[in-house]
Amino acid sequence: MKFGIVVFPGSNCDQDMVDGITYFVKQECVKIWHKSTDLQGCDVIILPGGFSYGDYLRSGAIARFSPVMKEVIAFANKGGIVIGICNGFQIATEAGLLPGALLRNTHQKFMCKNVYITPTHTQSIFTRQMHKGYTYKIPIAHAEGRYYADEDTLKSLQDNGQILFQYCDEEGKITNEANPNGSLLNIAGICNKEGNVLGMMPHPERALDLDNINTQGEWVFLSLLNQTYFLR
Amino acid sequence: MTQTHALLPTAKKLGLTEEEYFKIVDFLGREPNFTELSVYSVMWSEHCSYKNSIVWLKTLPKEGKYVLAKAGEENAGLMDIGDGLAVAFKIESHNHPSALEPYQGAATGVGGIHRDIFTMGARPIAALNSLRFGSISHKRTKHLVRGVVKGIGDYGNAFGVPTVGGETFFDDCYNINPLVNAMSVGIVKQGKTVSAIAKGAGNLVFIVGSATGKDGIHGATFASEDITEKSTEKLPAVQVGDPFTEKLLLEATLEAIESGIIVGMQDMGAAGITCSTSEMSAKGNSGMEIHLDKVPTRQANMQPFEILLSESQERMLIVIEKGKEEVLKAIFEKWDLPCVQIGTVTDTGYLEYYMHGELVAKVPAKSLVLGGGAPVYHRTYKEPQYLQETKKYNPDAIPVPQSTEEYIKIITFLLSHPNIASKHWIYEQYDSMVGTANMSVNQPSDAAIIKVKGTKKALALTVDCNSRYVHANPEIGCAIAVLEAARNITCSGGIPLGVTNCLNFGNPYNEEVYWQFVHSIKGMKSACEALGIPVTGGNVSFYNQSVMDNVTVPVFPTPTIGMVGLLENLREDRMFMGFQKEVDFIYLLGDVNEDMACSEYVYSYHNVKYSPAPYFNIENEIKLHKNLYELIQMRLIDSAHDVSNGGLITTLFESAFVHGIGFSVEVPANIRPDAFLFGEGQGRVVVTVPEFNKEKFEKYCTVPFIRIGITTGRNIVEVKNYIPYMSFDIFREAYFSFNMD
Repeated sequence: MKFGIVVFPGSNCDQDMVDGITYFVKQECVKIWHKSTDLQGCDVIILPGGFSYGDYLRSGAIARFSPVMKEVIAFANKGGIVIGICNGFQIATEAGLLPGALLRNTHQKFMCKNVYITPTHTQSIFTRQMHKGYTYKIPIAHAEGRYYADEDTLKSLQDNGQILFQYCDEEGKITNEANPNGSLLNIAGICNKEGNVLGMMPHPERALDLDNINTQGEWVFLSLLNQTYFLR
Repeated sequence: MTQTHALLPTAKKLGLTEEEYFKIVDFLGREPNFTELSVYSVMWSEHCSYKNSIVWLKTLPKEGKYVLAKAGEENAGLMDIGDGLAVAFKIESHNHPSALEPYQGAATGVGGIHRDIFTMGARPIAALNSLRFGSISHKRTKHLVRGVVKGIGDYGNAFGVPTVGGETFFDDCYNINPLVNAMSVGIVKQGKTVSAIAKGAGNLVFIVGSATGKDGIHGATFASEDITEKSTEKLPAVQVGDPFTEKLLLEATLEAIESGIIVGMQDMGAAGITCSTSEMSAKGNSGMEIHLDKVPTRQANMQPFEILLSESQERMLIVIEKGKEEVLKAIFEKWDLPCVQIGTVTDTGYLEYYMHGELVAKVPAKSLVLGGGAPVYHRTYKEPQYLQETKKYNPDAIPVPQSTEEYIKIITFLLSHPNIASKHWIYEQYDSMVGTANMSVNQPSDAAIIKVKGTKKALALTVDCNSRYVHANPEIGCAIAVLEAARNITCSGGIPLGVTNCLNFGNPYNEEVYWQFVHSIKGMKSACEALGIPVTGGNVSFYNQSVMDNVTVPVFPTPTIGMVGLLENLREDRMFMGFQKEVDFIYLLGDVNEDMACSEYVYSYHNVKYSPAPYFNIENEIKLHKNLYELIQMRLIDSAHDVSNGGLITTLFESAFVHGIGFSVEVPANIRPDAFLFGEGQGRVVVTVPEFNKEKFEKYCTVPFIRIGITTGRNIVEVKNYIPYMSFDIFREAYFSFNMD
């Protein structure tokens, strides 16, 4: 698979994603400048984390107007795989690729730490190699990660199996204490109705390196490639 | 020249002395005008000229086999780490701005130090900070803590460089004047570095990055005087940070360097355009002709001196080869950043500043800078009175705790003390993982371990200074700070490479303060020489003292040590601080003395404010470091964690909490138990050794050691005869519950 990482001004997890895809996921990976309209024949487009346009106005609000986004939206509408991580998730909701919004954390602070998430089901291309009931330790780093949507949207997310990841404790219990930002239903990640666009606040690319003693982020990529392991 | 000559009183208002004023007249051969006077006042301020410290700074060791750029040569120190790479690193203070406007003060401190690194062509990969605040009960402390932490977080998080380490310390002496020291570490290919130099007459001078506003004017001068209650009137002297622009500036700058057209570059920090034009020119034996009206400004009608002195952030001065301007402009256009030619390099040695075609100032570049015409002062000093108090310390007057309840009370007190308790409430607000090179997230070590991507290597980074020890004895206390930093690197499996220092002191004209400064430098010198490592640069911050109700209270002398170490092979060399498994033997390495002087236990629990520095034997400590490094290399130990603030019991609990593995230890019979458990005698490390390595370990351990116990099952603690076999949950709670945000 060929991965394309979109670089907005203020993106700062773009290189981390390139490193992760190249060295650990071991797939071809290119950067796509936000002023470009050429997706370079990529199979997967990733909107990386960071502070696109300084997060001024509102997280992701300006980035969605970048020239590249028109192509990304068209690509997604044709069934292309698009993944938004953290700020990329915020951009994806602003661009209408995903429903809902990411609001300021209830505790009002930026927070960076390991959290546990659990897949709601394993039918998605993003979770198919994961196990229901298992927990995955993946770090978060955001000030605006509180997932919010109105009741109807939430219900349709549930009905369509669009909620992919929920924050949980180490044992897999979905509790208030394990919710790091006040997200509704402990939502950490969702997909669109068609299942080809993923948005998640935790950073799987930060949990790939064996030297960092945590490689549980790889399960997202293993699912995507439908592999059971990566050679290291 | 149409301006009227500014006179002596104006010079004094700008912080210059009479002697300095006439020195300026000598250099110019005439009286300066106001603009020129302003230029001298900032360049000759303590902050830019080091006039009161340089004599002593020069005594510090500069040489070392890994040194590529020595102290004073470049914006930051540069050291060889092999594989054709170099590490650039520096620490700097932003104390005075943070005292007034903690959020912007701290944020711009972070921005400024990162610019020092990437102006050399290095990409910053890690940030650290060292913070000092007043008593947690003081009314301003919470406000300052919140602002500073948020400022560091907001800037660093958006800029995209992880904050990987630091220290936070509270004491009454910092009540009005907190210390905010920020360190940046970057990596650059050798041969791809850029110097802060202007040369080649006819080459072009560009200003890039943010527009210039009225913020921070006379910031450098402001940083060179005492903080008083009236200081809030100087708010315009504090700058405003924009991490988004800094991120763009970083990428554009590195791209410009890669293009090969850069002759020289310097970031704009203190004293803005004045400082960068004069230092770059002086270094290249050149001059510059600068047209201030071409500088993009945020406000209309800015005066020449305002443009010259503005400390607006996120700007760089770049000199490029003539004819290459289109290359530079294209790069900055890509990143949507202003990029404007404001002048040319000349061979006159003069800085000539024009406004709308009119010459508004003309000064010899070299007359402004350190090593050129900037004044150098030898200050007098005398031993501070208060040191007599430390001599009255009598440990026998401190009662030995009598019951288990009392031991539990003391341990709980120490673990929950703001200086010792977990700082997770601070560091979780920092992105510590962006860059995916911080290897200490899941398995911490005494220093932060940062992978050098593309190699097998890693850096070990730490900042240390227990200013309570420095106050008790500046020479020993500062040497301890250096050795503690080295100990942290050794405990992580690394080899210390070099030191950057941030010297935070009171008013240098106060002879007792200057005595502290001089003796701290002496201690730093001897410690670095003993370790065989250089000081590659840093910064001096004087005037850290508060004038409250007409009583001057200097802060504790605080020579913060930033140290960079190297792990040649990350996977094989690194060592962890947490206990790794149950039923490992626990050993205490190093000299065990019945010493509790200057400990948090004595100072805070028993409220004995004056006592000598703790036990310290530099030769023995170096032997310990060498031996520990060998033991780690031989793979005989599972974990290593040094004994520092809070004593042995704190070390044990910190190692226990990492993976929830407890310990059972014994206090030797011939020593005061409280001194053994809570004393802070230096040169000690706790290591754990698997049973099967015991004999080999004891054979190859060449420094004094005692086996004090074993690691136990989950969450269990026991100190025989003092703490019964019990769950350590109450101690865990104590350690993690402190939070003042």
